Amino acid sequence: MTSDQIIAILAAAIVAGTPLLYAALGEIITERAGIINLGVEGMMLVGAVSGFTVAVGTGNPWFGVMAAAAAGGAMASIHAFLTISLRANQVVSGLALTIFGTGLSGFLGKPMVGIVAPKTLAIINVPALSSIPWLGPIFFRQDGLVYLSYLIVPLLWFYFYRTRGGLNMRAIGENPAAADSVGINVFLLRYAYTVIGGAFAGVAGAYLSLAYAPTWLENMTAGRGWIAVALVIFAMWDPVKAMLGSYLFGGIDAMGFRLQAMGINVISPFFLKMLPYIFTVIVLIIATRQSLKKHIGAPGSLGLPYDREER
Amino acid sequence: MSNKQAELRSGKLTLTWEKRQLSSPWLSAAIPIFSVFMALFLSGAFLALTGFNPLEIYGAMLDGAFGSAYGISETLVKAIPLALAGLGVALAFRMLLWNIGAEGQFYMGAFAASWVALTFPDLPTQIMLPAMFLAGALAGGVWALIPAIPRAVLGVNETITTLMLNYVAILWVDYLVYGPWRDPAGFNFPLTAPFSAAAHLPTYGATRVHFGLVFALIGAVIIYIVLQRTKWGYEIRVIGENQTAARYAGMSISKNIMLVMFLSGGFAGLAGMSEVSGITHRLQHGISSGYGYTAIIVAWLSKLNPFTIIAVAFLLGGLLVGGYNTQTMGVPSATVSMIQGAILFFLLGGELLTRYRIYFTRKGENS
Amino acid sequence: MDFIAKCGEVHALLGENGAGKSTLMSALTGLYRPDSGEIRLRDKTIELKSPRDAIEHGIGMVHQHFKLVKPFTVTENIALGASTTPFLLNLDKVEAEIVSLAEKYGLKVDPRAKIWQLSVGEQQRVEIIKMLYRGAEILILDEPTAVLTPQEVDDLFETLRQMANAGCAVIFITHKFREVMAGSDTITVLRNGQNVATVKTSETDQNKLAQLMVGREMTAKSLEKKGQPGEVVLKLDKVEAFNDKGLPALQCISTEIRAGEILGIAGVAGNGQRELAEVVTGLRETSGGKIMISGKDYTDRSPKEFISAGVAHVPEDRLGTGLVPNLTAVDNILLKDYRNHQGYFLDLKESRKLAEKMVEDFQIKLSSIDDPIKLMSGGNLQKMLLAREFHSEPKLIVAVYPVRGLDIGATRAVRQLLLEQREQGAAILLISEDLDELMELADKIAVMYEGEIMDILPPTYDNLEAIGLLMAGSKCEEVGA
Repeated sequence: MTSDQIIAILAAAIVAGTPLLYAALGEIITERAGIINLGVEGMMLVGAVSGFTVAVGTGNPWFGVMAAAAAGGAMASIHAFLTISLRANQVVSGLALTIFGTGLSGFLGKPMVGIVAPKTLAIINVPALSSIPWLGPIFFRQDGLVYLSYLIVPLLWFYFYRTRGGLNMRAIGENPAAADSVGINVFLLRYAYTVIGGAFAGVAGAYLSLAYAPTWLENMTAGRGWIAVALVIFAMWDPVKAMLGSYLFGGIDAMGFRLQAMGINVISPFFLKMLPYIFTVIVLIIATRQSLKKHIGAPGSLGLPYDREER
Repeated sequence: MSNKQAELRSGKLTLTWEKRQLSSPWLSAAIPIFSVFMALFLSGAFLALTGFNPLEIYGAMLDGAFGSAYGISETLVKAIPLALAGLGVALAFRMLLWNIGAEGQFYMGAFAASWVALTFPDLPTQIMLPAMFLAGALAGGVWALIPAIPRAVLGVNETITTLMLNYVAILWVDYLVYGPWRDPAGFNFPLTAPFSAAAHLPTYGATRVHFGLVFALIGAVIIYIVLQRTKWGYEIRVIGENQTAARYAGMSISKNIMLVMFLSGGFAGLAGMSEVSGITHRLQHGISSGYGYTAIIVAWLSKLNPFTIIAVAFLLGGLLVGGYNTQTMGVPSATVSMIQGAILFFLLGGELLTRYRIYFTRKGENS
Repeated sequence: MDFIAKCGEVHALLGENGAGKSTLMSALTGLYRPDSGEIRLRDKTIELKSPRDAIEHGIGMVHQHFKLVKPFTVTENIALGASTTPFLLNLDKVEAEIVSLAEKYGLKVDPRAKIWQLSVGEQQRVEIIKMLYRGAEILILDEPTAVLTPQEVDDLFETLRQMANAGCAVIFITHKFREVMAGSDTITVLRNGQNVATVKTSETDQNKLAQLMVGREMTAKSLEKKGQPGEVVLKLDKVEAFNDKGLPALQCISTEIRAGEILGIAGVAGNGQRELAEVVTGLRETSGGKIMISGKDYTDRSPKEFISAGVAHVPEDRLGTGLVPNLTAVDNILLKDYRNHQGYFLDLKESRKLAEKMVEDFQIKLSSIDDPIKLMSGGNLQKMLLAREFHSEPKLIVAVYPVRGLDIGATRAVRQLLLEQREQGAAILLISEDLDELMELADKIAVMYEGEIMDILPPTYDNLEAIGLLMAGSKCEEVGA
């Protein structure tokens, strides 16, 4: 394999990984606040179709991205209402969101099938940086949403660990009773973070329809939403690890494609695709074992509705 | 201290909700029905907004699903895998085991049954079919056992692990049908060679309704009897209701987790076996169109009652068939998923009413 | 009720369970609203609508169950939710403040440590600093020594003393005399929701406190204690065990109960009684010692084996542990018995007949044996539980607070049932908070305190005071029994 081919695969890894990254970051935010939202697949699809539709309608892909964020957030708010105010079962609610979102997006997207968007997200070569050998073509010849993700990851990291808001967020996910006892508004914040998580998922979907594909097809996420859920655990709820994980999983994807195209069939691409899921199961088992000993792992109250009465 | 959970005041009116002591059986039955209607209403609104006439569409759905003998038979065809998988999922849910992996267990069951059919094509049907039955059930059971063990021993969350294994199973089958098992005479489509006639489940009359229906009906009866009349079923019910009391009574929780998950997967695997043996007569890509996930809705909607599951599977099967029918009218088949998702939403929201009482009082009145 | 706390003082609030201590303190910290009366802070009447209000007024409470985020560091926990915490976290500043507070009040704690790494005593110090950081001048501690080792208790009292000297008013709730005498300046004794007395610690002693706490309205009826106790059914030999928090709950427990005998366990809840019951029914593992039932070793066996050995368990939490609320009466009655049915199937007809018989024999009031039992009253639930447990003609009955929460009628019925079982030759381990009850029913009374059996006494009126003192931790010698 030539170095050009390697660079191409790595650059493709980033492109394939970016939707995973956005979705995973959104789910990390939601889960850190203590709510598990399995509706990522559905939110991504709704984001993809809304983004595409608005981009086609307005001619500006960035309006599409914003619409996708709003759509994802709106979907997530259903889940938030059911699980936070009505204290419904979070697993089933998330599943319902996925099923509903898949259906809704297919429904809304029917008129969009086959349409070519006048403008999709353009590749921007960062001056100077894109000329660095190896790193340049891989990292700095991408589109705007990728660059945005480069900024968001450290910002999120900073928010989580260096600000009061992040401290409060982590507290409501670990021990909402403790947070409540010092006057933090658990309900309101959980709502906010769930909706924000949905917005991220929407953007992830928009990336697929406005940059990756770029087009609209029913069910175009093809399970990426579920990989993102797995990624969150794999990354141990940390944004930086999520970035590494996304590119890793994206790379597996990209590599599978390229290898097939080049006629190299050492490992069937199907087995490669299984890796993210198998990894996640293993990571989950290890994380559970460790959190039984120490206190690493899922946010302490993940999946449990907060009931003030039980004080 | 009262049971008040929350209060909202607006002017002279107060909206209170407090925990119910007793859930009324009337409500328990009414809520699922209400949820279906609300979901249909909401989806109807969507249809209207996009230029369709919802009544016309729903009419066409009903007609397609139940309006002719053919329609009903097709509905039954769809109902069979939904019922079998739904029974399996409900069994696990009874013990609060969130088996989201019915889809993968379905695929593994289909795979194992296909393996029997393809490897031993000359078996007589009296041996072939039971062998496929066993293989399908075992494969599904083992596939569910894999996440069950870490759950029983370490308490590892089975929601995610069962989910992840879905994808592994689907990819495994894809590997086979795109690769080593691909039918050389199949024009490169991702499917295997057709099974010998011995591997076909018998069908009824000229319809596609196959013997899997009997599996489902017998399965429902067996599950009902086991749960209500046997010692083991009693243990399952107690563990699902109150784990502390179960331990106090000396029941083994981890053993039951593994056993129940195995059975749950077995039913889903059987659904897969019946689909390849009764309908497609070969293993192919996309053998399940989300039956494993729809089964969750079936189970939830039926409140885990095995007989209700059969009925609900029939209804949701009708929804699927009706959805196909209206495609010719320009309505996307995705509408069906939308309706399913909406039903689930309203169900979840409606459950609130069974757990809490909500009422208004005027200022000055006593509640 | 009236209550006055002064600054510069360590004030102890003493009383048995249910005397009203927690309710009073909850009112002071904004968790409950008083139905009548007022709260005055430095002569100004104040209204407390929420815990936040209380903190703003300088009233801080350290609960028995800590509200700490385990994966966070000490500094992060203290900074969480404090009004002085800026958007951009400046944990170094918080740390410095923590260090200075720690020095001022003598509270040793490492600000960088994570909570899960800290001992319970250290975690408690974090909770205290949390309050001080927010400017609390009145500090209330709810049963602070319940989770501490003796060494940590001493450290705590030193800290409280230093805080009082620095100008705070310190109030701590407890039921243990030794600590009250050692750590406080003033004592208020509560009983049945009333302030029975407020005395200076220097002017009182344990005996007087015992009398105040327990009251003199005790009528001791000595029932006819009949019968020859038979063989030894339960024998505990130096049994030790840990509780859920990992602290020693049972220390070197040795005793025996004979057939036809009731051994009463007296003591304030939380001194190891629950662990004792669990160890004798297979729900908890021991860390030492032996448990023998009718001569056979049953140490650390499973609940199933204890059940088949003829041990019945009437648990503390009847709806949470002993019964399944959503299932019917018939289902619940099966809970112990179901394995004895032949084959795989349950003989439902038999079970229904049995259920109906039990309802009649024990006069249980319920709507139907096919309705979920959570609708039944506490008394009827307990009767049903007893009916079920006694049906198997047990050799040993472990009854934990069997009349808790029951009305007079139900209480009498339950006690009668226990006595009947004794007649039939069962050995009974009766754990109770009610000294009256123990005096009436038990053949001998063992007093438990901090996991040990302080002494075993016959239930006579003369011994009443001694028992009270032992319950609060006085040593045998001091009591002169």
